[in-house]
Formats: sequence, C-alpha cells, structure tokens
Amino acid sequence: MANRAKEPKGVKLDHISKIYQDPKTGKEFYAVHDVALDIAPGSFVTLLGPSGCGKTTTLRMIAGFESPDEGEIYLGGEPINALTPNKRDTAMVFQSYALFPHYNVFDNVAYGLRLRKAPKDEIKQRVTDILALVELSGMEQRMTNQLSGGQQQRVALARALVVEPGVLLFDEPLSNLDAKLRVQMRTEIRRIQQTLGITAIYVTHDQSEAMSISDQIILMKGGVIAQMGSPTEIYYHPVSEFVADFIGECNFLKGRAASCANGQTVVELPTGTAAVNTEKAYAYGTDCEIVVRPEAIQISDTGMLPCKVELSCFMGSYQNYHVRVGDTLVKITDNCPVNKKIYQVGDQCFISFDPACAHLL
Amino acid sequence: MAKGQSASLDRKKLFADPVMITTIAVLIAFLSLFILYPLAILLVDSVYSQESGVTAKFFSTIFGENIFAGAFFKSLIITLLAGLNAVILGQTLVKKERETDSRLIHSLCRAMPSLSLFLPLAAAAVYIDVIFDSGGVIAQFMQRAFTEDVLSCLAVVLVQQIVLVPICYRFFEDTMGGLNNPADELERKALRKKMTVRTVTFALVLFLLNFMLIVFLHARSYGKYSFIIAISNTLKVGFLVGILSAAVGLLFAYVEVYVKVRTKFMSGLFKVVSMLPVVSPPFVLSLSMIMLFGKAGIITRHLLGIYDNNVYGFWGIAIVQTMTFFPVCYMMFRGLLKNIDPSMEEAARDMGASRFKVFSSVTLPLLLPGIGNAFLVTFIESIADFANPMIIGGSYDTLATTIYLQITGAYDKNGACAMAVVLLGITMLMFMVQKYYLEKKTAATLTGKASRARMLIEDKSVTVPLTIFCCLVALFVILMYVCVPFGALFKTWGRDFTLTTKWFEQVFTRYKGLKAFQDSFVLSLISAPITALLSMIISYLVVKRKFKAKGFIEFVSMLAMAVPGTVLGIGYIRGFAGGVFHTGFLQGIYGTGVILVIVFVVRSLPTGTRSGISALRQIDKSIEESAYDMGAGSLKVFTSVTLPLIKDSFLSGLVTAFVRSITAISAIILLVTPSFLLITVQINEFAEKGSYGIACAFATILIAITYSSVLLMNLVIKFFGTSRKTKEVE
Repeated sequence: MANRAKEPKGVKLDHISKIYQDPKTGKEFYAVHDVALDIAPGSFVTLLGPSGCGKTTTLRMIAGFESPDEGEIYLGGEPINALTPNKRDTAMVFQSYALFPHYNVFDNVAYGLRLRKAPKDEIKQRVTDILALVELSGMEQRMTNQLSGGQQQRVALARALVVEPGVLLFDEPLSNLDAKLRVQMRTEIRRIQQTLGITAIYVTHDQSEAMSISDQIILMKGGVIAQMGSPTEIYYHPVSEFVADFIGECNFLKGRAASCANGQTVVELPTGTAAVNTEKAYAYGTDCEIVVRPEAIQISDTGMLPCKVELSCFMGSYQNYHVRVGDTLVKITDNCPVNKKIYQVGDQCFISFDPACAHLL
Repeated sequence: MAKGQSASLDRKKLFADPVMITTIAVLIAFLSLFILYPLAILLVDSVYSQESGVTAKFFSTIFGENIFAGAFFKSLIITLLAGLNAVILGQTLVKKERETDSRLIHSLCRAMPSLSLFLPLAAAAVYIDVIFDSGGVIAQFMQRAFTEDVLSCLAVVLVQQIVLVPICYRFFEDTMGGLNNPADELERKALRKKMTVRTVTFALVLFLLNFMLIVFLHARSYGKYSFIIAISNTLKVGFLVGILSAAVGLLFAYVEVYVKVRTKFMSGLFKVVSMLPVVSPPFVLSLSMIMLFGKAGIITRHLLGIYDNNVYGFWGIAIVQTMTFFPVCYMMFRGLLKNIDPSMEEAARDMGASRFKVFSSVTLPLLLPGIGNAFLVTFIESIADFANPMIIGGSYDTLATTIYLQITGAYDKNGACAMAVVLLGITMLMFMVQKYYLEKKTAATLTGKASRARMLIEDKSVTVPLTIFCCLVALFVILMYVCVPFGALFKTWGRDFTLTTKWFEQVFTRYKGLKAFQDSFVLSLISAPITALLSMIISYLVVKRKFKAKGFIEFVSMLAMAVPGTVLGIGYIRGFAGGVFHTGFLQGIYGTGVILVIVFVVRSLPTGTRSGISALRQIDKSIEESAYDMGAGSLKVFTSVTLPLIKDSFLSGLVTAFVRSITAISAIILLVTPSFLLITVQINEFAEKGSYGIACAFATILIAITYSSVLLMNLVIKFFGTSRKTKEVE
C-alpha cells in the first residue's frame, strides 16, 4: 500500500459562502462566509472551532452534500461545484462511522472498490492490505456491531482509504470514543496519513486533537476564518482574544504601550510595567493587551507585578493559582510544585513572565 | 441576502442523476393522475357545468336552491362585525392590562387563557347541537336568528363575542408586547407579519364556520332532507365513535403500560386485539353483530329471549365501528404513554399528589394533543367507512352509503358527486387539523424517551376493575370474530344449529367462489409489491433527499389517507369513464383490472409510506451519505443500502398492502365490473340479501387468507429478517 497509484490532490476554496435559513424565525444567515483556503496536496489540515462555526458545513461542501452559495471549490485544480458527491474524488469518515450494518467488515471496506468494478482478486488484495494497515487483519468476517468503537472507527477509515481518494475528509471522527482511545486513534490517523502521503481535511472542536495531528490549523468562528497557521503559530501568536482563548487557557492583561525598542515593547499596566517581544512597533499610548499562557507565568516573592492569591489548588503535576492583578484575574499553572513554595489564599506576592513567552494584541 | 448559487447547483446535481429525475417525474405523474386529478375533477364538476358556466347547481341539489348567495353575505356581515369587534376588544384588553391597575381587568385577563380553551368547546357543542338538530334552545335561537333577517344577525354577533374575545386576547397577548418594544425593527416586522397571518386565519375560519352554520340552518328548512339527514348521521356517528374509540383505546393502553397485569392470558388478549385491525376484513363485525344481537341473534333471542331487538341503525354502527377502530387508538396511545418519562409522574406523586391527581394533572395534559389526534383519526375513519353502515345501518344512511346508493340505485351522478365533495371537505378539514396541528403538538410534548422502567400500579382497587373491563371488551371482540366461522357452519343461523358444510360447498359450486378468490387474490398480489416498493421509494425521497417537489410528493401521498374510498371511487368514475378530461386518454383502463390495481395501490399507499418513513428516520443519514460519497449513484444507494436496512418494514408493507387490498371494498365496489368477482363485493351482496351463511363462508375464508399471510410474514421476518443480526447488539 505504500506505493499509491494516485497522487494526492490539493483543495482550493475560492471565497465560498453558505447561507442557511433559521427554521424558526425564517431569517437567513451565513453559515460559512467568504472562506478562502488553499490546501497543499499531501498536507493534513484541521478545521477547528466551536460548534456552529461552519466547519462541518465547509467539509460537507467539499464532499458535495451541500452546495456553496458563493464561490467555487477546486479539487486538484478542477472546479467541482456542480459535481454530485459520488462523482467527486473524496472519501469521508463520518462522526457516527456510518458503517453498513448489513455487511461484514470485508464487504464494508470492499464497497467502494466494487462500485468501481475492480477485479475480484484485486479487491481481495487491496482490502486485506488496508485492513492490515489499520491493524484489523483477521476480522474480515465480523459484523460491524461485533466490533468495539475503536475498531469500528478503523473500519470506517479503511473503507475511506481503500478507494485511494484524492482527499480524505474527517468529520469529528473521534468524538464518540473515550478519552484514552481518542489519543491513541489520533496518532494512528496521523501515522497512516503520513505513510500514504494523502491529503486530509479534518474537522474537530477539540483543540488538543487539532494541535497534535495537523500541519495546519484553520480556526473558524461564526462562519469565518479567525486564523490559520501551524499549531505553534496559532498557540503562540494568536491574532485575537477568541483564538488565544479557544486554543488553551490564556490570560489577558490590558494596558498601554509605553516604549518600544529592540523588538520589545514595554507595556504600562495599572499596577506596573511588563515587557513583551513584538515584531511590529506600537506607538506610545496605544491600548493593547498582553496575552500570556498560564504556564509561562512564574509566581514568586519578588517580580514584575504585585498580586494577591485567590485560589490555590494542588493538581498533582502542577499547582493551580488564581491571582488578582489589579482588577484582572490571572490563572497560573506552576509545574512540579514539590520543592517550591506554595502560596496560600490571601498571600501577597508577585508574578513575572519572560518577554519571549508573551504576545501583544 | 439572497440565496446565491446553491439552488441552481443543487438543481444541476439533481439533473446529473437521471434515475432520480425519472423516479421523481414518474411519481409526480402517478400521484397527480391518480390522486389529485380525480379529486380535482370532482371539485371542478361541483361548481362548473358545461351549459351554464360557474354554478352552485350541484350543491343546490343537496342544500336547496339559492341559499348560497344569501348565506355568503350573511356570514360575511357577521364575520366582519363579530371579528372586527373581537379583534379590537382583544387588543384593547391586552393594552389595558399593561396600563391600568384595575383589579377587574387583571383578573379578567388572567381568566382569558382558560376561557379561550373552554369556549371553543362550548361553541363546538352548539354547532353539534345545531347540526344534529337535537332541538336545543340555542339551536332554535340560532335558527331563528340566522334564517330570518340581517338585523337578527346582530344578536348572533353579540353571542359570538363571548367566544371570540378570549381567542383574540390569546392571539395578541404575545405579539402586542413585542410591537410596543421598539428595540428591533426586524423583530417588529416579524411580529407584525405574525399578527396579520393570525388575524387573516382567524377571520377565514370564522367566516367558514358561520357559512357552514347558515347553510345548514337554511338547508334544514329548504334542502333535500335525505342528504341533510345523511350528513348529520355521518357526523353524529363520527363524533361518538371518535370519542368512544379514543376512550377505550386509552384505557387499554393505560392498562398495558401502567397497570401490573403480567399474566400470559392478558398479554395474549392484548396482542390479539392489537392485531385485529390489520387482518380484519370489513363486514365481519357487522355480520357477527347481527348474528349475535339481531332478531335471530344468539344472545338476544336464545340467551335473553328478546325477540324484537333492533341492532340496525345508529347504535349498531357506533358499536361496530368502535370495536373496529379502537385498536388503532390503542396502538397510538401505547406509543405515547411509553414515551412519558416516569420520573415526571414520580415527581408529582412525591410532592403529594394522589394517583388520580397524577393522572389528571400530569399524564392527561401531556396526552391531550394525542387524544385529539386519536379522536380525529378515528373520526375520519368512521365517516369514511362504507362497509359497516352498509350492512348494519339499515335505514340509517351515512354519507358513504348514500353516495353508493345514489349512484347504483338512483343513477344520480350529480347528487353523488356533490355528496362526495361534502364528505371530502369534512375529512380534509379534519385531516389538516390532525396532520399540521395536532401531530406536531403531540411530537413536541412527547418526544423524550422514558429514562427507565415504570413502577407499575399494583393497587387492587385500580387494577381489578380496569383489568376486568379490558378483558371483557377484548373477549367481546374476539367472540365477534369467532362467531363468523360458526355462522358459516350452522345450517340456519338462529333456528337450526346443526353443523353443515353446505355453505362452503355452495360458495364454490353455485356462486363461483373459486373465481372470486382467484380474482381478489391475483389483483391484490399484483398491487402489493407495487405499493410496497412505491411507498419505500416515496419514504426514501421524503426522508433522505432534498428537492423542490418533495413537499408535493409527501403531501399527496399522505392526502390519500384523508380521502374516503367512496369519494375516490366517484372521482375515478368522473375522471376516467370518458378518459382524462373527457379526451379519451387512458379511457382504456376504465373497467379493467388495471384501474382496480391502481385503486388498491392508492388506497394502501399512505399506510406503507407512513411505516416506511418512520423506519427510515431510525437510520442515520450518514450511512447513505457514505455510500453516496463512496461513488454509488442514487439507485445503487437505494438498492444496496436503504432497502436492505428497511427490509423488515418493506416485508410488512408488502403484507399490509396485500391484506388491505384483498379486504378493500369502498372504492372498489363502485369501479368493479361483472368480469371481476371480488370476495368483499360478494360478501356485501350476500349480506345485503340476508344470506348470512354464504356471507360468513366467504368471510371465513377471507379471514383465513389474511391471517395466514400475516403469520407468513412474521415467519419470513423471523428467519430472513435483516436486521436481527445487526440490531441485536444495540
């Protein structure tokens, strides 16, 4: 299976929009608005966002189940707007797996090949190969309801993979699995995608899943793209409060830019000043917000900003603090608290952070 | 913001799929030609004649000459006056409630919601009173007011205020508040639209009711009495049967779901009762009713020694129809009751409510729309029923039988058509209310699944009477069925109880029984697979696909449920005897087996579609989508995924269609020609002649056929059923 007959295809969304009607009020609204994307062949792209952000609608438009109201979708350079789903070179892994309950595992996986009128021997060979790849060898004759959730997931994956689609689409495939299995399956999916070098578009609302699996994350909100970029880019350089907050926990400190030198901006906060590494220069007096992750903040007896502890909670691998800096509540996770001083509720202390670990909005 | 290109893209995708397009086109053609067209031609014929253009002549044969114009204006005036006044009063009340501190107005307003529920009931009672001519005070007053002069209409306007103001208050209560709130322009626009829609609906309904009332009151004085009597009779029976069936059905369902009676005997009884409507041919209950309680009835004459008991007429029909239709209600209520979460009732009980209080304050309100639903379904069935009134009605004519007699006896086609339109109007109205209002409400209140098993009632003072009642009813029904084969085995019912096979022999020797069974069997066998496949295709399209004509297909195939067989029969006569639109097109099918098969298909389509739709709703949409995504075309998706998954439903649809076809009578009796002998038509003939032995012999064999085909179906499903393997894990 390693040498695929077909090349992976790229996907281009040329400013597509989808309009829905609210069934209750009859008002029309954009479910997806002006989404422009260019997905390189062979890459793993995740559409991430809260529920109702339009990510699944986008995916279903690529598969052909919905038609875009504006814009054009290209698959491997060809416009595919008018193609029905069965004519598109895509294969989808559904949230509910959508296995055919009246077929056994083999027939489920062979379904797409039979439709393509592949010769019997080839079908047998390819199904066996693909089942080996997803580690389900020997289960060919099982009915799908005799499988565990993880195994069903693998069958669904194998069924999509075996037809060698130009693009593989995932619609929250892991949301029905328990937490441990989810972690295991996502590494598995990533491994298989890398082995086959296939283009994959993956929809999820779980940010850790998105971070661990993708080459590129497209974060959506309210039908529009909030930010796209690699996982590190999105984590460390969020472009908005929404993005920062959606990807992991985050603290926001409001202040005003005071001075700017050597790629570092000093921000005046109500209770002190703090330096942040920035790329662009901020004019004196601009309102801005420091974005800093809880794990990047140190708590100590001396430091940049004075604070008061409001919650102190031992979590095992870290100590969880909520401290009040001026009017702002700041969350801190202090890793490996074994040998460190533990602050109690009501203690007065200081917080500080490395300018390189913070980000200015 | 307008929908952009998606509509045209969807259309393009649809047209890229020739199988879908052909299927849809064929379906639309079939449904329009064989359901819509016959009904349309009836309606057109009823107001249009070739000589004199648009005319009310048709109805004047029922209601008497020239009452329409007068009635129209009178009802217009009343509606305008009463409606306008009520709207203004209602709005003022809403406004006043916000502004003043007057206790009177506040308490008045608080009373409005309950009044607005109660008063229409009272109004309905008045209408019933008037239509049934029970001679109530109100009816007399109304008659005088409506029929005499316009001025006396004012009195009616005043009286109607009592009913209308609370309703108007309810209408404007929620919308007016939003109108005064100037925050959101869009919101206000939507509210204004809502108010307009409500006002218009309100006015239309009011007008229609007034119009109906006036026409009835006039007709009572000037119309053809036999028609009016038939209408009143039909409605009377319908109301009573609706109420009785709903009550008995509810009781059965309550006992099954709530009361602890887990003996094998009881559950067996219930099972039999629930299966009866499926296998029951028409006539059977009427036949046995006559044989048990008639002049020569075993129970009345030989057990009780009553020699002149009259089972024919109102009570005969009502009892027989109740016995026939309550199992349908029972099945409906059973589904609803099982969906009620027991913890709701436990919460009420926990807070100190007595068992009766729990029933009246929790269970009953939740069931209320369901009860209305069951009532209307039975009501429709009852007034559409032809077979039972035919046999046991005696001189008590209902609409369905009058139509039949009008056509076969008096050769009065116009009269029959006018009656058919009236009958259709009534059933359609009920059907609309049931489908678009009550069904939605039922679904809205009772969608939850019961979270866990219910604590069954073990209290002897509750269980014993309920159980005994249900047992008695069930046994009575079973007795009635058992009576039929015996009727065929006794020499002369009521006199000579020696066993004989002479009736069965006569069926086959003298009365061409073999041909009758062959014809019925073959025609039903042809129509069953067509029906089953068609209904599965329709339900697939309705549930799983999106396209423009979907609403049409769903509506028309469900509409067939509301069309009484007799009406359909008349429609076919009018529509096809001279070809479509009297052009000679398709004239060839009239009087042949083809039209009989089509009638069978149309008559069984709604049931099949209904069960198909509910079966398909169980299947996750994504299963078919994944096949589609994998590269399968529509046909392939349907045959390789959808059909195998609903195999059970398909099989039972097949058998139901077969049973319904072989037991059908109402439409068929109008269309059958002497070249076809059908069992049901034979039964009807002999029962009318009073040859109960022969009728029973035919009926016995018919029951045997239907029952064994249901048994066969269960066996087939048990051994080849799809989904057993696939379902059991869940």
